[in-house]
Amino acid sequence: MSAVIENHEHDHHGPQKGILRWLFTTNHKDIGTLYLWFSFLMFLTGGAMAMGIRAELFEPGLQLMDPIRYNQLVTMHGLIMIFGAVMPAFVGLANWLIPMQIGAPDMALPRMNNLSFWLLPSAFIILLSTAFMEGGMPGFGWTFYAPLSTNYPNIAYFVFAVHVMGVSSIMGSINVIVTIMNMRAPGMTLMQMPLFVWSWLITAYLLIAVMPVLAGAVTMLLMDAYFGTSFFDAAGGGDPVLFQHVFWFFGHPEVYIMILPAFGITSHIISTFSRKPLFGHSSMVYAMVSIAVLSFVVWAHHMFTVGMPLAAELFFMWATMIIAIPTGVKVFNWVATIFKGSITYETPMLFAIAFVVLFTIGGLSGLMLAITPADFQYHDTYFVVAHFHYVVVPGAIFSIMAAVYYWLPKWTGNMYDEKMGKLHFWLSFIGVNVTFFPQHFVGLAGMPRRYADYALQFAEWNAVSSIGAFLFGLSQLLFLYIVIKAVFAGKKATAQVWDGAEGLEWTVDSPAPYHTFETPPKVNG
Amino acid sequence: MRNKLGLFLLSITSFYTSADWLDVNMPVGVTDISKEVFDLHMAIFFVTVAIGVIVFGFMFYSMWRYRRSNNKKPAKFKENHKLEILWTVIPTLILVAMAVPASITLKKIYDHEAEEGGMDIQVVGWQWKWQYKYLDEQVGNKPLSFFANLTTPPDQYEYNRVEKGENYLLEVDEEVVVPVNTPIRFLITSNDVIHSWYMSDFAVKQDAIPGFINVAKTTINEPGIYRGNCTELCGERHAYMPIVVRAVTKEEYDEWVAEKREAMEQLAFLTEKEWTADELYAQGEEIYKTRCAACHQVNGAGITGFYPALAGSEVVMNDKTGQIEILMEGIRGSQMQSFAEQLNEVDMAAVITFTRLAWNNDKQGDGTIVVPKDIVDYKKGDL
Repeated sequence: MSAVIENHEHDHHGPQKGILRWLFTTNHKDIGTLYLWFSFLMFLTGGAMAMGIRAELFEPGLQLMDPIRYNQLVTMHGLIMIFGAVMPAFVGLANWLIPMQIGAPDMALPRMNNLSFWLLPSAFIILLSTAFMEGGMPGFGWTFYAPLSTNYPNIAYFVFAVHVMGVSSIMGSINVIVTIMNMRAPGMTLMQMPLFVWSWLITAYLLIAVMPVLAGAVTMLLMDAYFGTSFFDAAGGGDPVLFQHVFWFFGHPEVYIMILPAFGITSHIISTFSRKPLFGHSSMVYAMVSIAVLSFVVWAHHMFTVGMPLAAELFFMWATMIIAIPTGVKVFNWVATIFKGSITYETPMLFAIAFVVLFTIGGLSGLMLAITPADFQYHDTYFVVAHFHYVVVPGAIFSIMAAVYYWLPKWTGNMYDEKMGKLHFWLSFIGVNVTFFPQHFVGLAGMPRRYADYALQFAEWNAVSSIGAFLFGLSQLLFLYIVIKAVFAGKKATAQVWDGAEGLEWTVDSPAPYHTFETPPKVNG
Repeated sequence: MRNKLGLFLLSITSFYTSADWLDVNMPVGVTDISKEVFDLHMAIFFVTVAIGVIVFGFMFYSMWRYRRSNNKKPAKFKENHKLEILWTVIPTLILVAMAVPASITLKKIYDHEAEEGGMDIQVVGWQWKWQYKYLDEQVGNKPLSFFANLTTPPDQYEYNRVEKGENYLLEVDEEVVVPVNTPIRFLITSNDVIHSWYMSDFAVKQDAIPGFINVAKTTINEPGIYRGNCTELCGERHAYMPIVVRAVTKEEYDEWVAEKREAMEQLAFLTEKEWTADELYAQGEEIYKTRCAACHQVNGAGITGFYPALAGSEVVMNDKTGQIEILMEGIRGSQMQSFAEQLNEVDMAAVITFTRLAWNNDKQGDGTIVVPKDIVDYKKGDL
């Protein structure tokens, strides 16, 4: 009897044929795939812009573009990488993995899921369309500080694009929270949830909390630019510093939105390839929750030089330093997981190990930046550029690459080419360090960020950095090749894929069928 | 084209022979505070290096020792409460040990009180230059004041047409001259967007924000020329508004102030002098290059969508009074600022005359010139 019912369901729920499958899909796996490809396209676009920036900075002087164009590339590189590459990649992973990891058949709100994806390309078309207009793309930096931004051409397009991205993010987050809260397999308590699910639950709450703040900031900006208000215009009684407070109240949690899912991913991968349970599962959860809570009270460490009173400077310095404690706990837990394991080094593990090391380097330079008197020297120099690229590129982005290699066999049913994967890792690893490590040096020596041109004493390390950037950028084409190859061919993957892997997603076939867990699995408490 | 390639190759070869490879750390600086900040920086740097060496050292050892070929059977432990408490408490202690000296130094930096024998200099950020007002040195009924503009010629930075000078992008027409061993309060603000006044050698970085006055107090211990930059993105020419401070002895400073006063008195004489069109054109061309060409371009063509062209402009060709008004008052809501404070009467007349005669504007328009007296009249309200 039950067999008949299952057949009936399968007849009606296979994927549609052709382009309509992707336009109208409500399937979490299809939407996850869309998010991941969109993110990769944006990664290459933003990466091409970064290579343009590094080409201009290869030597002092203006060679390839005027400073207007340079500022536009800097701005769009930031916006595209944050809102177009890193965030959508994590949402794509969430779509693929959360239902499979908690034993749910799909996301809780599948139609909204479709809408939240398709809003994203619309937002980026609006944003990028400014490239073809008189006045061009926004050129005020991704932080769009007022009053520089209020007097810029085409700002309404930027504001509208940010609004649409924000709506997409909020809908995605609601979906994640509702799915996790309501659709876990019977017997799976909150504390038993896999860490990637936990990391996304926390991230989703952060997104819902701060995206409206960003929307408020851009709306005030729009009002100042077009409707004669003076929120940020000192001449009209407004306050330019208010903008920064509002922006960074969004901006700092946003930074953790881009790193918490990476913590989840890394925990899974390190445990799998060490063939050992993760050390301190619950302390990992507590650490992530503490980091998320603290992220709301440290925003002004981005603003130590705006002239805040001493008491505020001290508060934000101390609060920022406290974040090092839960972050340290996470790193120690990963090291303790490796200790006494039985470790192999497949590509996902290489990326995960590099994540731990290089993210920690970025975290340690963050600790240096927290020391306010020293920040008066570091602030807005290349030291900051080096710091945040260390946490975002070999941090967030390496974790995304690790995740793709780790779960790709589950998605496609084929193993990727291990030799090529390792080559991709080593080229990326060398490229990223050659690019960003020298930026610490020029930053300490005093080179300000967002400079189209610079004094002669910074020339040497900038040239090295540019060479590294081209190596890193071009290596990503190899990544594209490896993924495409694995989609179409390769050694067939088993359901288990990795012998040390644990979790519900490894109990379904590879490739994962179009519908999984239509009957919920039993999880033992 | 060939010339460009040659310059490119030259820069590649000079690249390896240069000595700047070792310029990799923060400068110690020349104030007591900057030395303290440097010590703090080195202390936290060594703390982070020590943490890195211990954590990564143990991690790399484990990665090697417990590789699968060396350890077939993984352990099964999941937690160890003693260890977890330990690695929460130890970092906390390290952080407190770092935060205490940092807080003490910060308190010193935040001493903004005026001191006996000290001086106040107001610093105003403009797109894209700095204005300095010596509030304690009055000339007539106004403080001694001047603008500092970049002097690196466009030929050095645009397409590297000529070889770059030693202080490329770090040189200005008017240095901020200050006495050593004197507490100086820089009172920092802005006229348009946010800038940031960054002098690494003094460990000073303060944002220049319209509507706010931020204080940075510093006492320079050693005479010398110190160079700094704007460190808050302020638009197109953010990289082209350097800071140059020349610290001198008290006597040399007094001499400099006296010279400045004299120059200002000279100006009254120059305003009344009879000027010819050629004299004004020649002087105006120089001013145009440093003050105007950044936006309106050397050829007067502007940049479409951002900066209007002056060549062929109706106002520049035929509306003398209108043009004076734009330069004196600026255009609200645009990046065209008021130059009333930035240029004296002679320079103002010269640069206007230049634009009215250059780029064929004299042939197409009325070809009238503006003399310093016109500017004086405008200021009196007589024009």
